[in-house]
Amino acid sequence: MIWINALLQGILLGGLYALFAAGLSLIFGVMRLVNIAHGDLIVLAAYLGLSTTIVLGLHPLLAMIIVIPLMALLGYILQRGILNQTLGDDLLPPLLVTFGLSVIIQNALLEGYSADPQKMNVGALETASLSLGSLSLGVLPLLTFAIAVAVIGSLHWMFYHTALGRAFRAVSDNQDIAQLMGLNKRHVFGIAMALSLAITGIAGILLGVRTNFDPSIGGARLIFGFEAVIIGGLGNLWGTLAGGVILGVAQTIGAQINPGWQLLAGHLAFLIVLAVRPRGLFPRMTG
Amino acid sequence: MNNTPLQVSRGSRASVTAMFIGLIILAILIAAPWWAGRADMRLMGELFLYLSLASLWNLMAGYAGLVSVGQQAYVGFGGYVLFALTIFAGVHPAVALLGAGVLAALVAIPVATLVFRLRGAYFAIGTWVVAEVFRLSFAQVSSLGGGSGTSLPTSVIKSMASGRQAREWMSYWMALALAVVVITSVFFFLRSRKGLALSAIRDNELAAASLGINIWRTKFLVYVVTAALTAMVGALIFLQKLRISPDAAFSVNDWTAFVIFIVVIGGIGSLEGPIIGTLVFFALRETLADLGTVYLIALGSVAIVVMLKAPQGLWGIIRARWDLQLFPLGYRVHPPSVKK
Repeated sequence: MIWINALLQGILLGGLYALFAAGLSLIFGVMRLVNIAHGDLIVLAAYLGLSTTIVLGLHPLLAMIIVIPLMALLGYILQRGILNQTLGDDLLPPLLVTFGLSVIIQNALLEGYSADPQKMNVGALETASLSLGSLSLGVLPLLTFAIAVAVIGSLHWMFYHTALGRAFRAVSDNQDIAQLMGLNKRHVFGIAMALSLAITGIAGILLGVRTNFDPSIGGARLIFGFEAVIIGGLGNLWGTLAGGVILGVAQTIGAQINPGWQLLAGHLAFLIVLAVRPRGLFPRMTG
Repeated sequence: MNNTPLQVSRGSRASVTAMFIGLIILAILIAAPWWAGRADMRLMGELFLYLSLASLWNLMAGYAGLVSVGQQAYVGFGGYVLFALTIFAGVHPAVALLGAGVLAALVAIPVATLVFRLRGAYFAIGTWVVAEVFRLSFAQVSSLGGGSGTSLPTSVIKSMASGRQAREWMSYWMALALAVVVITSVFFFLRSRKGLALSAIRDNELAAASLGINIWRTKFLVYVVTAALTAMVGALIFLQKLRISPDAAFSVNDWTAFVIFIVVIGGIGSLEGPIIGTLVFFALRETLADLGTVYLIALGSVAIVVMLKAPQGLWGIIRARWDLQLFPLGYRVHPPSVKK
């Protein structure tokens, strides 16, 4: 029974990882940019949520109303101000610039909030659970998973059924032709990054109510998101959700065997997929 | 038109001068124990180790196009192997240093076959995952102190040399020697046939492949050799620190972020860049380090500005201004002088 429990907890944890990954996957799909600062932006969103709850006295989940637009705005400014200049044939500039951003964000958070671990309190919701026979599922993890499914579902819908999605697919296929057809690729990229960081806002808040966080944990969040993307296969949003779930399950099963193996088991699952299916389990496009 | 054949040369007056000045500086540095204080020698030793790490990272990122943010995997691995070999096998530290290099090369072979499946930026994060796996694995080894780490026993420290002064001199010279070995091997590697292939790959992969260069094998070789040398640097770093822990050994900030900033600011894709970058980095650190996090924020901002405004770094600016090349790597064509 403890194994079934570990499996269920892992699936729910996978929802959070899929949220870490969705923003990463989106911008890679649209502009082939890998944002090394993604994890630190998730942590930044968690801290923004913390400040919002303290200053305005809002419930952490309601703080999303403030944090999501703020992150989206930051994303648009970041893309148009800095990141658009780095896009091109050369791989180095986007990689090194986002790496520099990662170090800046991490140290700015350290300066502003100190290294003390923080957590957002959601009151009764924190311990609420549903019992299924002898198993019990936390309401918060369930909610997280539901939000992840909803976010990925609406991203998928947006990609294939809206004008914005068409613009994303057009610049992804061929930037120059898209430009000729009247799309301003700089603006489209800005919107894509805004959307990516909006999802980061959701992920950051859900991270902050689930566990303790401090400025140094961004790198690991980036890695989890990245592993979910690669396990699921590049360019496949539902695959990313599956990748997150596989990673989450590997971690909880690993932790069940030996508490020290939680993270190691997740990384090993990723490396095994990489060895056996280098393009991921459900690839849609080539890197 | 006259028919004087064009002359092609590698060396120049500047490169010959630079070699002589370099040798004189090297001689002065070797003699440092007789003119420098203990604190200065310690600082210079650290500088040589960072210079080695930066030159190696530059070989990978600037020439082979392998941008890794996981080189701390080999720094930490080298440190741990040195500790394991000296503590459990009673090997002399100098031998353990070589052992760290050999073992790292052996480990790098399967790692490379795995992470080479990832392209570009995903390769970068893949190397980071590998470094995390190394960190978490070494944290499980309880005989090496597990998550909290371990210290080098005094018997091992004493086996290096007798007396504290002799040990300090020894580790200074080892750091200097390693930096010289790294820079000269990178230099001769780039001048060799393989190095030419590497430059071709850097300039255009497709064209290089069509000329019959085996891209995968060339990059693989660079990755494995870099891993071995990085592990030796790591072994030396922790031989000087005398204490190792998973978080210190596999720190992405200390062994990768700083190194990337050094190379980017100094000038990526040139041998001179990492040298200038290391000097700038240490000069900044010695003057601004008290600022702590603000210093890191400033460093990150400078690196971003350099990447956006002058992607060839400080050395790129100097080279464009005076057409200098201190290490004779590229070929120059001399047009026949116009006769009046």
